[in-house]
Amino acid sequence: MTFEPGDRVRVLPSAKPGHVRTPGYLKGKSGWIEAMIGEFPNPEELAYGHSGLPERPLYKVGFLQSDLWHDYEGDAEDHLYADVYEHWLEPGEGGTR
Amino acid sequence: MSPYAARIRAIEALLLEKGVLTEPEVQDSIAYMEARSPANGARLVARAWVDEGFEELLLSDAKAAASQLGMEPEHPAEFVVVKNTPGVHNLIVCTLCSCYPRAVLGRPPDWYKSFEYRSRAVREPRAVMREFGFELSEGVEVIVHDSTADVRYMVLPMRPAGTEDLSEEELADLVTRDSLVGVNVPRF
Repeated sequence: MTFEPGDRVRVLPSAKPGHVRTPGYLKGKSGWIEAMIGEFPNPEELAYGHSGLPERPLYKVGFLQSDLWHDYEGDAEDHLYADVYEHWLEPGEGGTR
Repeated sequence: MSPYAARIRAIEALLLEKGVLTEPEVQDSIAYMEARSPANGARLVARAWVDEGFEELLLSDAKAAASQLGMEPEHPAEFVVVKNTPGVHNLIVCTLCSCYPRAVLGRPPDWYKSFEYRSRAVREPRAVMREFGFELSEGVEVIVHDSTADVRYMVLPMRPAGTEDLSEEELADLVTRDSLVGVNVPRF
């Protein structure tokens, strides 16, 4: 599965243990692909002395703050970007800018 | 000595004893960190304020821009600079740990690594900025960047009004570490 800028995505609600780089507050949340950042060795493997290969695509993913926090205080336009590996994403239906 | 400090000392002693690390390597690593500071970020910002071409380079290829000013930004992670505008204010955090553009700015401030900052910056960024003494103007959109993976972020703040006659060095003096993270802005 590869994504293009503008695609709606959802972060998998996985409880995978260990050195994962997907923060808990984004799990299960929906947003959009802002940009493709590049391909990098998988940090979930690197952290345990493995090569991390093959490299995994990393995306800059946008989320509306109001989609992350039901009681968010701030402008409706406020948003957050996080860098999320492709294997943590699936097609989604979230808000977008 | 705190339990954490004691543990680190013990690990360091063991690594040296087992020959995994050498004392010169430890010293080199300390020197690397000591040679980097927010002053580097301030120089990048001040140059961008006076030179439009440099600003363009800083925003499109921050490592190249840093190299141009004699810095050594080499690091496996990407280095990205995000620009504040009259309508958009950026704030940087690393909720998972303490990712920070160390290759340019050196060590992050202690508060950047605190659980409080890391949890609140994503949830109530406006309240966090207020506590740093920065009240955002009405209608300005806030963008939080959580450096969760292989990118390190720095903010390019806006040049304060009334600074037209300042030299590049004087401009750099206005750029604080806090303004490079986005919890505050440069003032004149």
